[in-house]
Amino acid sequence: MKSYSLFKKDWLSELRTRYAVNALAMFILVTISVILFSIGSEKISEYLTGGLLWIVIFFSAMSGLSRAFVSEEERNTTMTLQLIAAPSTIFSGKLIFNLLLVFLMNFAITILFIVLFPSFALKNFLLFFISFVFGNIGIAVSSTIIAAIISKASSKGTLYPVLSFPILLPLILTLLELTKFAMDGNSVEASFVEIAVLICYDVIMLTASYLLFDFIWKE
Amino acid sequence: MTKYTLLIGSLEKYFGRRLVFQGVNASWESGFVYGIAGSNGSGKSTLVKIIANLISSDRGKIIHKENDKTISSEQLHNFLGFLSPYLFLYDEFSAEENLIHFSNIRGIKFNKQLFDELMNKVNLFDRRSDLVRGYSSGMKQRLRFVFALLHQPRLIIFDEPTSNLDSEGKEAVYKIIDEQRKTNLLIIASNDESDLNVCNEILNIEDYKK
Repeated sequence: MKSYSLFKKDWLSELRTRYAVNALAMFILVTISVILFSIGSEKISEYLTGGLLWIVIFFSAMSGLSRAFVSEEERNTTMTLQLIAAPSTIFSGKLIFNLLLVFLMNFAITILFIVLFPSFALKNFLLFFISFVFGNIGIAVSSTIIAAIISKASSKGTLYPVLSFPILLPLILTLLELTKFAMDGNSVEASFVEIAVLICYDVIMLTASYLLFDFIWKE
Repeated sequence: MTKYTLLIGSLEKYFGRRLVFQGVNASWESGFVYGIAGSNGSGKSTLVKIIANLISSDRGKIIHKENDKTISSEQLHNFLGFLSPYLFLYDEFSAEENLIHFSNIRGIKFNKQLFDELMNKVNLFDRRSDLVRGYSSGMKQRLRFVFALLHQPRLIIFDEPTSNLDSEGKEAVYKIIDEQRKTNLLIIASNDESDLNVCNEILNIEDYKK
């Protein structure tokens, strides 16, 4: 309940300031436009659109998800949060906020891909949906803890993608594989190993984040 | 009313290789006002931040107790009211919205009656619905008192409580201190003579530099 209250505060604050939503919307719009312009009338393969989808998702996450902690640091309100809640409450609240942002953002990107790229055709939608859900959870958890780590650094903009790349790489590679399977029409059972890797990644990142956050949060 | 005790044992803090203080020992309890004095940059704010568990010390320990029951660092925020000039509220919310959010995040019911009472005491009641963005530095300092006291804490730490305040504001602060000292443990970190005059005991940070 306390975490939900923190999420509610962040969401209302976001609606007033539009720190993350505007950055994300602009990034998605610009990136997809650039891809469309560069492709022109060329016909691109299914697999390539799958790859492009996760590239856009990865870089969109880089542009907007760090705001959860960076905005607190920029407004000097980090200490205020430290004074009103336990670290686990703060992390959970920020994670719920990033989960919502990731799901909204990735849903919008996927819909745009389906509408704008005719070659982005999914034969097994259930498999794509499963990878989409667990992938989004992984992206949100990793981005939240990385945002907490970099929020106190002086060059946040550079550090965020640099730190995120090795942490998110196994997740993105697994998601690329699963998207390819979904395009080929593979069954969920046949993709069990990749789905298990995805779930393990989420569980490991979530556990590690809760264990680490206490140390990151306190100066 | 329960007894609140704060025990400080052999506290030591360095910033890099620079010693801030060492060998700080104290045993403080509710019903009294304790002052932390020292010149600018002497480490007053560092000491109160360590007491509030906002930063770590390099050596020594801090024990918070309520009725001889030790309070864990996870729970300390429920017992602590903290005010300092480097504490900021959310500019995009009004004073009342800020305090409602803070109460919800603390997991307590927003005490509207106490909020109105405190806002009246600091003379901000008429501006309670204005965005904090539009507040002057003195008004923001007054609002910090409401933030520090609304959850009725047992340990109250005021770091430079009268900075940015006019004489009317200072008077309101001393009145608040007078009320809170009866039941709670108050710590005031300041180099202002008039702030330190209200303290029962003063710890001079300059005495712990070697």
